[in-house]
Amino acid sequence: MLSRAADNLYWMSRYMERAENMARFLDVGYRMSLLPAGGDPQRTQWEPALIIAGCDEAFAARGLEINARNVVEFLALELANPSSIAACLHQARENARAMRTQVTTEMWESLNSTWLEIRDLDYRRLEEMGLRAFFDWVKERSHLFRGVAYGTMQRDTAFKFVRLGTFIERSDATARLLDVKYHILLPTPQDVGGAIDYYQWSALLRSVSAFQIYRRIYRDVITPARIAELLILRPDMPRSLIACLYEVTEILVGLREEFQRDYKCTRIALETQSRLRYGRIEDIIAQGLHEYLTEFVDRMAALSQAISRDFMLPAEATT
Amino acid sequence: MAAFDEMTGGDGSVRPAYAKLKAWLDAIPAEDVARKRREADILFRRLGITFAVYGEGGDTERLIPFDLVPRVLDAREWTQLAKGLIQRVKAINAFLRDVYHEGEILKAGRIPDDLVRNNAQYRPEMKGVAVAQGAYTTIAGIDIVRVDADTFYVLEDNVRTPSGVSYMIENREAMMRLFPDLVAMHSVAPVGHYPDELLRTLRSVAPFGAGDDPTVVVLTPGAYNSAYFEHVFLAEQMGVELVEGQDLFVKDDIVYMRMAGGPRRVDVIYRRIDDAFLDPAAFRPDSALGVRGLFAAYRAGNVTLANAVGAGVADDKAVYPFVPEMVRFYLGEAPILKNVPTWSCREPEDLAYVCGHLDELVVKEVHGSGGYGMLVGPRSTTAEIETYRRRIEADPANFIAQPTLALSTCPTLVAEGLAPRHVDLRPFILVGREIKLVPGGLTRVALRAGSLVVNSSQGGGTKDTWILSE
Repeated sequence: MLSRAADNLYWMSRYMERAENMARFLDVGYRMSLLPAGGDPQRTQWEPALIIAGCDEAFAARGLEINARNVVEFLALELANPSSIAACLHQARENARAMRTQVTTEMWESLNSTWLEIRDLDYRRLEEMGLRAFFDWVKERSHLFRGVAYGTMQRDTAFKFVRLGTFIERSDATARLLDVKYHILLPTPQDVGGAIDYYQWSALLRSVSAFQIYRRIYRDVITPARIAELLILRPDMPRSLIACLYEVTEILVGLREEFQRDYKCTRIALETQSRLRYGRIEDIIAQGLHEYLTEFVDRMAALSQAISRDFMLPAEATT
Repeated sequence: MAAFDEMTGGDGSVRPAYAKLKAWLDAIPAEDVARKRREADILFRRLGITFAVYGEGGDTERLIPFDLVPRVLDAREWTQLAKGLIQRVKAINAFLRDVYHEGEILKAGRIPDDLVRNNAQYRPEMKGVAVAQGAYTTIAGIDIVRVDADTFYVLEDNVRTPSGVSYMIENREAMMRLFPDLVAMHSVAPVGHYPDELLRTLRSVAPFGAGDDPTVVVLTPGAYNSAYFEHVFLAEQMGVELVEGQDLFVKDDIVYMRMAGGPRRVDVIYRRIDDAFLDPAAFRPDSALGVRGLFAAYRAGNVTLANAVGAGVADDKAVYPFVPEMVRFYLGEAPILKNVPTWSCREPEDLAYVCGHLDELVVKEVHGSGGYGMLVGPRSTTAEIETYRRRIEADPANFIAQPTLALSTCPTLVAEGLAPRHVDLRPFILVGREIKLVPGGLTRVALRAGSLVVNSSQGGGTKDTWILSE
């Protein structure tokens, strides 16, 4: 497989996963905006979505007021914002278009029709459709894409890079989402452990499709430590950090065997996976959840850089 | 100008090849046709069949209109055409080999020496270079027009990087999905195996020493090229890598591609990039599309380029009038396919004639393509003709002229219903160890009433082309 193809396939699925995660970030914002809050509710509830998405500065540069319409328009539809759902869906499609020989017809058709649909969407039509319905649509298109890839792609090198993009992107997003509570202020300190606190945590759980899993595993009240454990350390939770890292290491070890080379990215991934595997939630909480997650996000950035150096920009003199 | 209609023959009767189609067209309700048309539109859009039109800007993914009514040729007509095409392409390859080696045809004075050697498409770097199987043009697309029941003309030869074959295949695919019964009631010769034949042909021209499993790639200028869809399509159908210049590199005159797991040697490159952009070290130094050192590797015989560098000297419009001469000279045969009578404005006598008859003639630039920059005299205003006259007078050698042919028409679905529209045909000929062509080609149709310009860049559409078995 061409280096450039590996690059396109990897980014195709990263962008698709990124679009899905953006819908999940917005979903948290939306759910929280329905909860009672003090001060300027629009601001306190929608600002976190901007922060998790890493778009707070770009948004501020526009000089727009933080409210549902402006934030949703910026994060969902604005093509000039490279992180928006529409921009990600466009990038996913463009990456596939650049490598049409590597994706199956079904994958291309799915990405292409997703883009053609969102291309014609504006805020008025989005409101008619309903924000929740729109977020669900984005998630469904992402599920469909993954399902189609899983169901139609040959299990070859291309498939490995497609899967790799999904899990690298997802682990990053889960870490950012989990960090959301750090950025949300409760109306008063007395509200900690109160009803609003509960609803905020459960909104977070629902946004990663983990509410039922939580109930089934813990059969108990929702506590921040357990949520953190579920989303960081539980391998049976499909969006948890460790579940993603298991997938990533399996793929990278597979590539190492296929190409018979020693890669820096494989070492970083294995090390990150071990830390998660032997980590304990008590220690993570003691270290500080926000600090732990920040360190994880940095580590994933280093991993992502190494992947790109190892497979996508190989030196040419090594015949 | 009374044009020959391929369905009615012009006298209102129905020609035998069209009998079943005519009956079917008469029977199908208008709303069914409209529905199928919408289906076809969705089908093509979803498959991403796109064709960027140069210079239009905006939406680079405008669709080429697909006409639902197929064009039908019977076995006898095709057999004759096929013979003529094979003969013509053989002669063109012999000519290319000759002008880059001994130059016998020039010495014999059968083609003017300066017309060849001073031609912008002539590549002196190719002198004495051995080309595998003598296949200078491995893939040729010859444009054919028809004027009556028996007369086909070659309008132009495309022996560099002819495009359109993907439409031939996808149009058939679409017809089989939309009208399976109609296809089944005709015995239509299949075209879907073209990519297999293409791959076999490309492998057969691999350099000596490439072994029995040569690596073939398709080299594209990239996603913004107007024929990118076709490059993708062909690579996918052949199961080979689609590469851009940046994916290849040359080391010690060997070509490699950059793979995720490390470099791999390349033996045959089906390149869809013009000569000038192939290698910044040998040709245009500003080319960002090519591969540095590629031409040296080619000259060293370590890689095959299909089509060969310098093939364009054979499809230049100024050389076109001499192709029948090539058939006689190299093959000792009478040309089966006719050329359109052509005046070369580089000749003073011809120039005088052309300038006196601009309102009757079609005038083209020697190096033009895509229907750009041409004058269709009978369909132009006096002002347009005068503007064009000044262009000719400024640089006569840059123009040729031909009579305005009454191109045949085929029934075509337009807003008002079925109406005759002018068509041409581009069959594709493959030259490797053997010469092959799949029965069919790309039929282009001028959708505007009376228009003779079928190019997709000028609002032309396409049709499926059916060659009936005997």
